[in-house]
Amino acid sequence: MKPAEFFMRDRTLHPPAFDPGYKTSVARSPRLPLLTIQQTASEITGPTFGHGDFGALDNDLTMNFNHGGMPVGERMVLHGRVLDENGRPVPKTLVEIWQANASGRYRHKKDVYLGALDPNFGGCGRTLTDENGYYVFRTIKPGPYPWLNYVNSWRPRHIHVSVFGSSFSQRLITQLYFEGDPLIPLCPIVKTIPDPEAVQRLIAVMDLNASVPMDCLAYRFDIVLRGRRSTLFENRLEGN
Amino acid sequence: MAQTLNYLKESASQTAGPYVHIGLAPGAAGFKTFDQELGQVIAADGVPGERIRIEGLVLDGLGAPVKDVLLEVWQADANGIYPHPEDPRSSEVASGFRGWGRIITDFDTGLWSFETIRPGATPGRAGKVQAPHISFWLVSRGINIGLHTRMYFPQDSTQHAADPVLNSVEHAVRRQTMIATQTGPTTYRFNIRLQGDGETVFIDV
Repeated sequence: MKPAEFFMRDRTLHPPAFDPGYKTSVARSPRLPLLTIQQTASEITGPTFGHGDFGALDNDLTMNFNHGGMPVGERMVLHGRVLDENGRPVPKTLVEIWQANASGRYRHKKDVYLGALDPNFGGCGRTLTDENGYYVFRTIKPGPYPWLNYVNSWRPRHIHVSVFGSSFSQRLITQLYFEGDPLIPLCPIVKTIPDPEAVQRLIAVMDLNASVPMDCLAYRFDIVLRGRRSTLFENRLEGN
Repeated sequence: MAQTLNYLKESASQTAGPYVHIGLAPGAAGFKTFDQELGQVIAADGVPGERIRIEGLVLDGLGAPVKDVLLEVWQADANGIYPHPEDPRSSEVASGFRGWGRIITDFDTGLWSFETIRPGATPGRAGKVQAPHISFWLVSRGINIGLHTRMYFPQDSTQHAADPVLNSVEHAVRRQTMIATQTGPTTYRFNIRLQGDGETVFIDV
Protein backbone atom coordinates (compact mmCIF):
# COMPACT_ATOMS: atom_id res chain seq x y z
CA MET A 1 0.00 0.00 0.00
CA LYS A 2 1.32 3.42 -0.93
CA PRO A 3 1.28 6.06 1.79
CA ALA A 4 -2.09 7.78 1.82
CA GLU A 5 -3.66 10.55 3.84
CA PHE A 6 -5.53 10.28 7.09
CA PHE A 7 -9.23 11.07 7.09
CA MET A 8 -10.16 14.69 7.52
CA ARG A 9 -10.60 15.42 11.20
CA ASP A 10 -14.30 15.86 12.02
CA ARG A 11 -14.09 19.10 13.97
CA THR A 12 -17.76 18.90 14.94
CA LEU A 13 -16.82 16.16 17.40
CA HIS A 14 -14.10 18.22 19.04
CA PRO A 15 -14.28 21.27 21.26
CA PRO A 16 -13.90 24.58 19.44
CA ALA A 17 -10.79 26.54 20.42
CA PHE A 18 -12.95 29.33 21.87
CA ASP A 19 -15.55 28.42 24.48
CA PRO A 20 -16.42 31.22 26.91
CA GLY A 21 -17.80 28.64 29.38
CA TYR A 22 -14.22 27.46 29.87
CA LYS A 23 -12.72 30.80 30.77
CA THR A 24 -9.06 30.02 30.19
CA SER A 25 -9.81 29.24 26.55
CA VAL A 26 -10.88 32.82 25.87
CA ALA A 27 -7.38 34.36 25.65
CA ARG A 28 -5.71 31.16 24.43
CA SER A 29 -7.87 30.44 21.39
CA PRO A 30 -6.85 31.31 17.83
CA ARG A 31 -9.53 33.40 16.12
CA LEU A 32 -8.44 33.03 12.51
CA PRO A 33 -9.32 29.90 10.54
CA LEU A 34 -6.91 26.99 10.58
CA LEU A 35 -4.85 26.63 7.41
CA THR A 36 -6.11 23.74 5.31
CA ILE A 37 -3.35 21.65 3.77
CA GLN A 38 -3.09 18.32 2.03
CA GLN A 39 -0.95 15.98 4.07
CA THR A 40 2.71 15.47 3.22
CA ALA A 41 5.46 13.26 4.62
CA SER A 42 5.65 15.70 7.56
CA GLU A 43 2.10 14.79 8.60
CA ILE A 44 1.87 11.07 7.78
CA THR A 45 5.01 10.20 9.71
CA GLY A 46 5.59 10.55 13.44
CA PRO A 47 7.77 9.37 16.29
CA THR A 48 8.13 5.69 17.05
CA PHE A 49 8.87 4.08 20.40
CA GLY A 50 10.32 0.77 21.50
CA HIS A 51 10.36 -1.31 24.62
CA GLY A 52 13.82 0.04 25.41
CA ASP A 53 12.16 3.35 26.26
CA PHE A 54 10.25 1.88 29.20
CA GLY A 55 10.75 0.46 32.67
CA ALA A 56 8.94 -2.59 34.07
CA LEU A 57 6.63 -0.61 36.38
CA ASP A 58 5.86 2.28 34.04
CA ASN A 59 2.24 1.15 33.59
CA ASP A 60 1.59 0.37 37.28
CA LEU A 61 0.79 3.59 39.13
CA THR A 62 0.21 1.67 42.35
CA MET A 63 3.88 0.66 42.34
CA ASN A 64 5.87 3.16 40.27
CA PHE A 65 6.10 5.75 43.05
CA ASN A 66 6.36 3.27 45.91
CA HIS A 67 8.00 4.83 48.94
CA GLY A 68 7.38 1.95 51.32
CA GLY A 69 3.65 1.37 50.96
CA MET A 70 0.60 1.27 48.73
CA PRO A 71 -1.27 4.39 47.65
CA VAL A 72 -4.60 5.12 49.32
CA GLY A 73 -7.79 4.78 47.30
CA GLU A 74 -9.82 2.45 45.11
CA ARG A 75 -7.44 0.17 43.24
CA MET A 76 -8.35 -0.27 39.61
CA VAL A 77 -7.27 -1.71 36.30
CA LEU A 78 -7.64 0.63 33.33
CA HIS A 79 -7.59 -1.17 30.03
CA GLY A 80 -8.83 -0.97 26.47
CA ARG A 81 -7.77 -0.73 22.88
CA VAL A 82 -6.46 2.01 20.65
CA LEU A 83 -8.28 1.76 17.32
CA ASP A 84 -8.53 3.94 14.24
CA GLU A 85 -11.73 5.08 12.59
CA ASN A 86 -11.60 2.03 10.32
CA GLY A 87 -11.78 -0.14 13.43
CA ARG A 88 -8.22 -1.34 12.98
CA PRO A 89 -6.01 -1.71 16.05
CA VAL A 90 -3.15 0.77 16.42
CA PRO A 91 -0.21 -1.40 17.53
CA LYS A 92 2.99 -0.32 19.34
CA THR A 93 1.76 3.16 20.03
CA LEU A 94 2.62 5.17 23.11
CA VAL A 95 -0.17 5.74 25.65
CA GLU A 96 0.57 8.03 28.58
CA ILE A 97 -1.75 8.84 31.47
CA TRP A 98 -1.69 11.27 34.39
CA GLN A 99 -4.13 11.96 37.17
CA ALA A 100 -4.85 13.27 40.65
CA ASN A 101 -4.67 10.93 43.62
CA ALA A 102 -7.67 9.65 45.60
CA SER A 103 -7.91 13.03 47.38
CA GLY A 104 -8.09 14.94 44.12
CA ARG A 105 -4.56 16.30 44.54
CA TYR A 106 -1.94 16.35 41.81
CA ARG A 107 1.74 15.80 42.50
CA HIS A 108 2.75 19.02 40.80
CA LYS A 109 4.60 21.97 42.25
CA LYS A 110 1.84 24.27 41.01
CA ASP A 111 -1.06 22.38 42.66
CA VAL A 112 -1.96 23.86 46.05
CA TYR A 113 -5.32 22.13 46.68
CA LEU A 114 -5.69 21.15 50.35
CA GLY A 115 -6.40 17.51 49.49
CA ALA A 116 -3.47 15.51 50.86
CA LEU A 117 -0.55 14.32 48.75
CA ASP A 118 -0.07 10.57 48.90
CA PRO A 119 3.56 9.61 49.61
CA ASN A 120 3.16 6.47 47.50
CA PHE A 121 1.43 7.94 44.48
CA GLY A 122 3.08 9.89 41.68
CA GLY A 123 0.20 9.91 39.23
CA CYS A 124 1.74 9.13 35.86
CA GLY A 125 2.13 6.02 33.76
CA ARG A 126 2.94 5.00 30.23
CA THR A 127 2.89 1.93 28.06
CA LEU A 128 2.96 0.71 24.47
CA THR A 129 -0.07 -0.96 22.94
CA ASP A 130 0.48 -4.57 21.88
CA GLU A 131 0.03 -5.90 18.35
CA ASN A 132 -3.76 -5.82 18.86
CA GLY A 133 -3.78 -2.23 20.03
CA TYR A 134 -4.43 -3.34 23.60
CA TYR A 135 -3.13 -1.44 26.62
CA VAL A 136 -3.43 -1.89 30.38
CA PHE A 137 -2.58 0.16 33.45
CA ARG A 138 -3.07 -0.40 37.16
CA THR A 139 -3.82 2.68 39.22
CA ILE A 140 -6.16 4.09 41.85
CA LYS A 141 -9.39 5.91 41.09
CA PRO A 142 -8.77 9.68 41.12
CA GLY A 143 -10.85 11.97 43.29
CA PRO A 144 -12.83 15.00 42.11
CA TYR A 145 -11.42 18.43 42.93
CA PRO A 146 -12.44 22.08 42.84
CA TRP A 147 -11.09 24.67 40.42
CA LEU A 148 -11.76 28.34 39.87
CA ASN A 149 -13.65 28.54 36.64
CA TYR A 150 -16.83 29.60 38.34
CA VAL A 151 -16.60 29.98 42.11
CA ASN A 152 -17.87 26.46 42.75
CA SER A 153 -16.67 24.44 39.75
CA TRP A 154 -15.57 20.84 40.30
CA ARG A 155 -13.81 18.51 37.94
CA PRO A 156 -15.38 15.07 37.71
CA ARG A 157 -13.05 12.18 38.46
CA HIS A 158 -10.89 11.90 35.36
CA ILE A 159 -7.66 10.52 33.95
CA HIS A 160 -5.74 12.41 31.27
CA VAL A 161 -4.76 10.27 28.27
CA SER A 162 -2.16 11.09 25.62
CA VAL A 163 -1.87 8.94 22.48
CA PHE A 164 0.41 9.15 19.44
CA GLY A 165 -0.87 6.79 16.76
CA SER A 166 1.44 6.17 13.83
CA SER A 167 1.62 9.76 12.59
CA PHE A 168 1.96 13.27 13.98
CA SER A 169 -1.46 14.09 12.52
CA GLN A 170 -3.12 11.54 14.82
CA ARG A 171 -1.66 13.08 17.98
CA LEU A 172 -4.39 13.35 20.60
CA ILE A 173 -4.81 14.28 24.24
CA THR A 174 -8.12 13.65 25.95
CA GLN A 175 -9.58 12.81 29.34
CA LEU A 176 -11.56 9.78 30.44
CA TYR A 177 -14.42 10.01 32.90
CA PHE A 178 -16.21 7.39 35.01
CA GLU A 179 -19.67 6.00 34.45
CA GLY A 180 -22.28 7.50 36.77
CA ASP A 181 -20.30 10.52 37.96
CA PRO A 182 -22.84 13.32 38.63
CA LEU A 183 -20.20 15.99 37.98
CA ILE A 184 -19.77 15.07 34.30
CA PRO A 185 -22.72 17.08 32.92
CA LEU A 186 -21.80 20.08 35.10
CA CYS A 187 -18.16 20.37 34.07
CA PRO A 188 -17.22 23.39 31.91
CA ILE A 189 -14.37 21.41 30.30
CA VAL A 190 -16.63 18.46 29.41
CA LYS A 191 -19.14 20.96 28.07
CA THR A 192 -16.63 22.31 25.55
CA ILE A 193 -17.47 19.16 23.53
CA PRO A 194 -20.41 20.11 21.33
CA ASP A 195 -21.62 16.59 20.56
CA PRO A 196 -23.35 14.72 23.44
CA GLU A 197 -22.47 11.35 21.94
CA ALA A 198 -18.81 12.36 21.77
CA VAL A 199 -18.97 13.02 25.53
CA GLN A 200 -20.44 9.56 26.13
CA ARG A 201 -17.51 8.04 24.23
CA LEU A 202 -15.14 9.52 26.83
CA ILE A 203 -16.84 7.74 29.72
CA ALA A 204 -15.14 4.53 30.86
CA VAL A 205 -17.33 1.65 31.97
CA MET A 206 -16.88 -0.69 34.88
CA ASP A 207 -15.72 -4.06 33.55
CA LEU A 208 -16.27 -6.72 36.18
CA ASN A 209 -14.86 -9.48 33.98
CA ALA A 210 -11.50 -7.74 33.83
CA SER A 211 -11.35 -7.02 37.54
CA VAL A 212 -8.97 -8.99 39.72
CA PRO A 213 -10.86 -10.81 42.51
CA MET A 214 -9.93 -9.62 45.99
CA ASP A 215 -7.59 -7.02 44.44
CA CYS A 216 -9.07 -4.37 42.18
CA LEU A 217 -11.98 -3.38 39.97
CA ALA A 218 -11.50 -2.68 36.27
CA TYR A 219 -12.66 0.01 33.88
CA ARG A 220 -12.65 -0.26 30.12
CA PHE A 221 -11.76 2.68 27.87
CA ASP A 222 -11.25 2.41 24.12
CA ILE A 223 -9.56 5.26 22.26
CA VAL A 224 -10.23 6.03 18.59
CA LEU A 225 -7.69 7.87 16.44
CA ARG A 226 -8.09 9.20 12.92
CA GLY A 227 -8.41 6.56 10.23
CA ARG A 228 -6.57 6.41 6.98
CA ARG A 229 -7.49 6.17 3.35
CA SER A 230 -6.55 3.00 1.54
CA THR A 231 -8.23 3.26 -1.83
CA LEU A 232 -6.75 1.75 -4.93
CA PHE A 233 -6.97 5.05 -6.75
CA GLU A 234 -4.40 7.16 -5.09
CA ASN A 235 -3.35 10.71 -5.23
CA ARG A 236 0.24 9.83 -4.42
CA LEU A 237 1.96 11.86 -1.78
CA GLU A 238 5.44 10.96 -2.90
CA GLY A 239 7.08 11.43 -6.25
CA ASN A 240 5.15 12.08 -9.41
CA MET B 1 -33.02 2.25 4.10
CA ALA B 2 -29.52 2.65 2.72
CA GLN B 3 -26.56 0.67 3.96
CA THR B 4 -24.63 2.04 6.90
CA LEU B 5 -20.97 2.98 7.04
CA ASN B 6 -19.48 1.42 10.11
CA TYR B 7 -16.70 3.85 10.74
CA LEU B 8 -15.78 4.60 14.32
CA LYS B 9 -15.57 8.22 15.37
CA GLU B 10 -12.40 9.82 16.65
CA SER B 11 -12.28 10.33 20.41
CA ALA B 12 -12.94 13.97 21.30
CA SER B 13 -10.00 16.07 22.44
CA GLN B 14 -9.90 17.57 25.92
CA THR B 15 -7.47 20.14 27.24
CA ALA B 16 -4.16 18.84 28.57
CA GLY B 17 -4.76 21.04 31.62
CA PRO B 18 -2.25 22.76 33.88
CA TYR B 19 -0.64 19.56 35.11
CA VAL B 20 0.28 18.05 31.76
CA HIS B 21 3.88 17.85 32.97
CA ILE B 22 2.99 15.12 35.47
CA GLY B 23 2.23 12.78 32.64
CA LEU B 24 4.56 13.90 29.92
CA ALA B 25 7.51 15.42 31.79
CA PRO B 26 7.28 14.45 35.48
CA GLY B 27 10.71 15.87 36.24
CA ALA B 28 9.33 19.32 35.47
CA ALA B 29 6.36 18.66 37.77
CA GLY B 30 8.89 18.07 40.55
CA PHE B 31 9.32 14.32 40.89
CA LYS B 32 10.99 11.30 39.39
CA THR B 33 9.15 8.16 38.35
CA PHE B 34 10.69 6.96 35.12
CA ASP B 35 14.29 5.96 34.51
CA GLN B 36 14.25 8.03 31.35
CA GLU B 37 11.87 10.72 30.21
CA LEU B 38 10.89 10.72 26.57
CA GLY B 39 11.61 13.37 23.97
CA GLN B 40 14.67 14.96 25.54
CA VAL B 41 17.12 14.15 22.75
CA ILE B 42 16.03 14.88 19.20
CA ALA B 43 19.41 14.25 17.57
CA ALA B 44 22.04 12.38 19.60
CA ASP B 45 25.66 13.49 19.65
CA GLY B 46 27.31 12.56 16.40
CA VAL B 47 24.24 12.88 14.20
CA PRO B 48 25.41 14.73 11.08
CA GLY B 49 24.07 18.21 10.56
CA GLU B 50 24.33 21.76 11.79
CA ARG B 51 23.69 21.96 15.54
CA ILE B 52 21.18 24.67 16.32
CA ARG B 53 19.26 26.02 19.28
CA ILE B 54 15.72 27.38 19.06
CA GLU B 55 13.98 29.37 21.77
CA GLY B 56 10.76 31.27 22.05
CA LEU B 57 7.61 32.16 23.88
CA VAL B 58 4.02 31.18 23.35
CA LEU B 59 1.94 34.33 23.82
CA ASP B 60 -1.76 34.58 24.57
CA GLY B 61 -4.26 37.08 23.18
CA LEU B 62 -3.14 39.72 25.67
CA GLY B 63 0.53 39.25 24.82
CA ALA B 64 1.32 37.41 28.05
CA PRO B 65 3.52 34.32 27.93
CA VAL B 66 1.72 30.99 28.29
CA LYS B 67 3.89 29.65 31.07
CA ASP B 68 2.33 26.20 31.33
CA VAL B 69 2.38 25.27 27.64
CA LEU B 70 3.98 22.01 26.49
CA LEU B 71 5.32 21.70 22.96
CA GLU B 72 6.28 18.76 20.81
CA VAL B 73 8.32 18.99 17.65
CA TRP B 74 8.82 16.60 14.75
CA GLN B 75 11.37 17.02 12.01
CA ALA B 76 13.46 15.30 9.35
CA ASP B 77 17.22 14.81 9.56
CA ALA B 78 19.77 16.90 7.67
CA ASN B 79 19.06 14.92 4.50
CA GLY B 80 15.32 15.46 4.79
CA ILE B 81 14.58 11.90 5.93
CA TYR B 82 12.00 11.13 8.63
CA PRO B 83 12.83 8.27 11.02
CA HIS B 84 9.58 6.50 10.24
CA PRO B 85 8.92 3.36 8.17
CA GLU B 86 6.75 5.23 5.68
CA ASP B 87 9.51 7.56 4.63
CA PRO B 88 10.80 5.71 1.52
CA ARG B 89 14.37 6.59 2.54
CA SER B 90 14.00 5.73 6.23
CA SER B 91 16.68 3.02 6.02
CA GLU B 92 19.17 5.84 5.34
CA VAL B 93 18.18 8.03 8.30
CA ALA B 94 21.08 9.19 10.47
CA SER B 95 21.84 6.81 13.34
CA GLY B 96 20.82 8.32 16.68
CA PHE B 97 18.28 10.64 15.10
CA ARG B 98 14.78 10.45 16.66
CA GLY B 99 13.32 13.59 15.15
CA TRP B 100 10.89 14.10 17.99
CA GLY B 101 11.21 16.30 21.04
CA ARG B 102 9.10 17.36 23.96
CA ILE B 103 9.73 20.85 25.26
CA ILE B 104 8.67 22.51 28.47
CA THR B 105 8.91 26.10 29.57
CA ASP B 106 10.58 27.85 32.42
CA PHE B 107 7.49 28.13 34.65
CA ASP B 108 8.49 31.63 35.82
CA THR B 109 9.03 33.21 32.42
CA GLY B 110 7.39 30.90 29.88
CA LEU B 111 10.62 30.79 27.85
CA TRP B 112 11.34 27.47 26.16
CA SER B 113 14.31 26.26 24.18
CA PHE B 114 15.68 23.12 22.62
CA GLU B 115 18.67 21.90 20.69
CA THR B 116 18.56 19.89 17.51
CA ILE B 117 20.07 19.78 14.05
CA ARG B 118 18.83 21.83 11.15
CA PRO B 119 16.53 19.66 9.03
CA GLY B 120 16.93 19.27 5.29
CA ALA B 121 14.30 19.93 2.66
CA THR B 122 11.69 17.19 2.43
CA PRO B 123 9.64 15.82 -0.46
CA GLY B 124 6.25 17.41 -0.89
CA ARG B 125 3.30 16.20 -2.89
CA ALA B 126 3.47 15.65 -6.62
CA GLY B 127 7.22 16.05 -6.86
CA LYS B 128 7.39 19.43 -5.14
CA VAL B 129 9.94 20.24 -2.46
CA GLN B 130 9.15 21.48 1.04
CA ALA B 131 11.58 24.01 2.50
CA PRO B 132 13.33 22.86 5.71
CA HIS B 133 10.88 23.08 8.59
CA ILE B 134 10.06 21.73 12.01
CA SER B 135 6.49 20.72 12.83
CA PHE B 136 5.18 22.02 16.17
CA TRP B 137 2.27 20.83 18.31
CA LEU B 138 1.15 22.78 21.39
CA VAL B 139 -1.08 21.85 24.31
CA SER B 140 -1.92 23.59 27.56
CA ARG B 141 -4.64 24.60 29.92
CA GLY B 142 -7.16 26.59 27.90
CA ILE B 143 -6.19 24.93 24.59
CA ASN B 144 -9.07 22.57 23.84
CA ILE B 145 -7.43 20.71 20.99
CA GLY B 146 -3.70 20.58 20.24
CA LEU B 147 -2.51 23.25 17.81
CA HIS B 148 -0.25 22.38 14.87
CA THR B 149 2.05 24.80 13.13
CA ARG B 150 5.42 24.77 11.36
CA MET B 151 8.64 26.69 11.87
CA TYR B 152 10.71 27.59 8.82
CA PHE B 153 14.23 29.09 8.74
CA PRO B 154 14.80 32.71 7.69
CA GLN B 155 17.80 32.03 5.43
CA ASP B 156 15.78 29.80 3.10
CA SER B 157 13.76 32.54 1.41
CA THR B 158 14.35 31.12 -2.07
CA GLN B 159 12.90 27.79 -1.03
CA HIS B 160 10.05 29.52 0.81
CA ALA B 161 8.95 31.03 -2.48
CA ALA B 162 8.32 27.50 -3.76
CA ASP B 163 7.05 25.89 -0.53
CA PRO B 164 3.50 24.56 -1.06
CA VAL B 165 2.38 25.05 2.53
CA LEU B 166 3.71 28.58 2.96
CA ASN B 167 2.22 29.53 -0.38
CA SER B 168 -1.18 28.19 0.58
CA VAL B 169 -1.48 30.94 3.22
CA GLU B 170 -3.80 33.40 1.52
CA HIS B 171 -2.51 36.54 3.24
CA ALA B 172 1.18 36.69 2.42
CA VAL B 173 1.91 38.80 5.50
CA ARG B 174 0.83 35.89 7.69
CA ARG B 175 3.50 33.57 6.22
CA GLN B 176 6.03 35.42 8.36
CA THR B 177 4.42 33.97 11.49
CA MET B 178 5.87 30.59 10.51
CA ILE B 179 9.40 31.87 9.92
CA ALA B 180 11.84 32.09 12.82
CA THR B 181 14.28 34.95 13.43
CA GLN B 182 17.99 34.25 13.46
CA THR B 183 19.60 35.57 16.66
CA GLY B 184 23.14 34.22 16.25
CA PRO B 185 25.18 31.94 13.99
CA THR B 186 23.29 28.85 15.19
CA THR B 187 20.43 30.26 17.28
CA TYR B 188 16.86 31.10 16.36
CA ARG B 189 13.87 32.73 18.00
CA PHE B 190 10.36 31.52 17.27
CA ASN B 191 7.50 33.20 19.11
CA ILE B 192 4.04 31.69 18.68
CA ARG B 193 1.03 34.00 19.09
CA LEU B 194 -2.21 32.25 19.91
CA GLN B 195 -4.46 35.19 19.18
CA GLY B 196 -4.56 38.85 18.17
CA ASP B 197 -2.01 40.87 16.22
CA GLY B 198 0.37 38.56 14.42
CA GLU B 199 -1.65 35.45 15.23
CA THR B 200 0.40 32.44 14.16
CA VAL B 201 -0.89 30.35 11.30
CA PHE B 202 -2.14 27.10 12.79
CA ILE B 203 -2.68 24.16 10.50
CA ASP B 204 -5.52 21.68 10.19
CA VAL B 205 -3.24 18.75 9.48
